[in-house]
Amino acid sequence: MKILVCISHVPDTTSKINFIEDNTKFDTNGVQFVINPNDEFGLTRAMWLKDQLQASVDVVTVGEKDCEPTMRKALAIGADTGIRVNTPAIDGYQVAKEIAHVAKEGDYDLIIAGRESIDYNGGMVPGMLAKMLGYAFINKCVHMEVEDDRVKATREMDGGKEKLSAKLPLVIGGQKGLVEESDLKIPNMRGIMMARKKPLNVVEPQDTHTKTQAKKFEKPAPKGEVKMVDAENLDELIDLLHNEAKVI
Amino acid sequence: MSVLVYTESENGKFKKASFELATYARAIAEQTGSDLTALTINNDDPSAIGEYGISKTLDVKNDKLNEFNAEVYANVVAQAAKKVDANIVVVSQSANACFMAPMLAVELEAGYASNVVDVPATSEGFTIKRTAFTNKAFNHTDISSDIKLVGLSTNAFGAEKQESDVDCEEFSPELADKLFKVNVEEVDKNTDKVSIADAEVVVSGGRGLKSPDNWQLVEDLADTLGAATACSKPVSDMGWRSHEEHVGQTGKPVASNLYIAIGISGAIQHLAGINASKNKVVINSDPEAPFFKAADYGVVGDAFEVVPKLTEKLKEFQAKNN
Ligand SMILES: Cc1cc2nc3c(=O)[nH]c(=O)nc-3n(C[C@H](O)[C@H](O)[C@H](O)COP(=O)(O)OP(=O)(O)OC[C@H]3O[C@@H](n4cnc5c(N)ncnc54)[C@H](O)[C@@H]3O)c2cc1C
Ligand SMILES: Nc1ncnc2c1ncn2[C@@H]1O[C@H](COP(=O)(O)O)[C@@H](O)[C@H]1O
Repeated sequence: MKILVCISHVPDTTSKINFIEDNTKFDTNGVQFVINPNDEFGLTRAMWLKDQLQASVDVVTVGEKDCEPTMRKALAIGADTGIRVNTPAIDGYQVAKEIAHVAKEGDYDLIIAGRESIDYNGGMVPGMLAKMLGYAFINKCVHMEVEDDRVKATREMDGGKEKLSAKLPLVIGGQKGLVEESDLKIPNMRGIMMARKKPLNVVEPQDTHTKTQAKKFEKPAPKGEVKMVDAENLDELIDLLHNEAKVI
Repeated sequence: MSVLVYTESENGKFKKASFELATYARAIAEQTGSDLTALTINNDDPSAIGEYGISKTLDVKNDKLNEFNAEVYANVVAQAAKKVDANIVVVSQSANACFMAPMLAVELEAGYASNVVDVPATSEGFTIKRTAFTNKAFNHTDISSDIKLVGLSTNAFGAEKQESDVDCEEFSPELADKLFKVNVEEVDKNTDKVSIADAEVVVSGGRGLKSPDNWQLVEDLADTLGAATACSKPVSDMGWRSHEEHVGQTGKPVASNLYIAIGISGAIQHLAGINASKNKVVINSDPEAPFFKAADYGVVGDAFEVVPKLTEKLKEFQAKNN
């Protein structure tokens, strides 16, 4: 069994978001980059499958050299090989196309990506990838078991959950629930040492054509002052919600 | 030019978000001088969308589509888009639409902008405003492909009525067996509760409520307002509430008209997920809680006193106003 985990390299959740160059670029100054949280759950789930099924686990990132520390972290957590497609990630379509090429070469049975990356929030790479490869696809996956050539999975939907099954090969859009947070694997010293010797292959892009491009960024307008209401005077709150906010 | 909007139905009726989506698609069609067609799937009365200014529908009725299947639905929408020669396809951002849209984009070779909050600027090319960095920012994204796929965020545009006569046309797409790769085994849907994604009002509780036994407080307020209930991450991590209620950057996003946060401190990861809500009310015993800086209305007080009182007063208000 061959597993590919897609890792996007994103600003840590506590990062202050600022833009430079006339609001056309994200300001990376002082920003810590991490494995996208949704991908972290998938990576740990892949580690369990590795133990359970003697699977091999590769990780892939589409991005420039600055992504490599994030990829090394994935190797330290236990992935076998890293593959970096050497091109900036501009849009989901382009990223999916590059990963599809890597996936075809490697002939993977299971591809685990995240339901969305927390920077661009596209929520599109795994679904596009599945369609490009002709693989089955399950999004917002919160549980997954592999039994021979079949996968049983649970996905979240609005107001509930759904149990699904599909045959491998399959692409997963994963999130918390694939494993719990307390189960997330963190690199230990031995893992970090070993990761230094693991292969991190750089491959050149197939196609740099994109269909979308983020041109300009904008921060939300600063909020007005909060209106404080005395706890003894809740009628005022109701009045504000009714007459001013018009929400009740 | 031609716009296709995929309106979702549930149990044969339009989902509420479809009306907002129809209103939005109409705005784009007017702006670009395009024809507008709505696609419906297993809807018992497609003409009901005429109330929102749609004058043409393509209606698919097929038992094989009774259960949502993302790849099959994507293919049906793609066939409809080809039939009407659409250059712009509009979908919602429900969990199902988010599941389907990326596959649809590949079928149509369309550039896809998700989490869109406004109509596009079309004077030069096609540039559209969407949220990014989990609601900490917006970006303006150019779509350069011939066909453009737009995913509108819930509650970003609002529904507006406009009566129109509707010309309903039956449409029978091919459903190839090979598209049914994923089987639905069991659906576990909470039908008597409002889901966070659909809710206009969300009442959310944090660690300040001290114990799961105290959630009656949250539930009572939510019931009074017809609201969905939600919680902060530690609350679901500790198992006080189910994971489905966890909102924030790593949980569900909330874009309601009213978000009431009770005993939640307002950590950056929490705020990221709920920032898109239009009005935020914060109830917290600590006047220094960071959430007050992000709130529209704040009450400093003990939740165990304030919330039951608020619920009572809301009931009185509703009794008077009905
Ligand atoms: C990678 C990462 C991702 C994260 N993602 C999320 C996420 O998606 N969503 C999320 O919510 N968090 C997330 N967090 C956690 C976040 O940082 C905070 O720890 C969390 O939001 C705090 O939850 P809380 O406000 O319920 O609890 P606390 O921070 O403990 O706050 C409790 C609040 O209740 C108030 N209070 C106490 N007693 C009362 C009373 N009687 N009446 C009224 N108020 C009272 C207190 O003053 C306090 O402000 C994430 C953290 C990390 C590191
Ligand atoms: N540049 C990238 N390299 C590798 N994987 C990516 C990249 N961008 C996105 N992904 C994967 O696709 C998922 C969804 O990303 P997105 O569509 O950008 O929201 C992420 O959680 C990753 O698993």
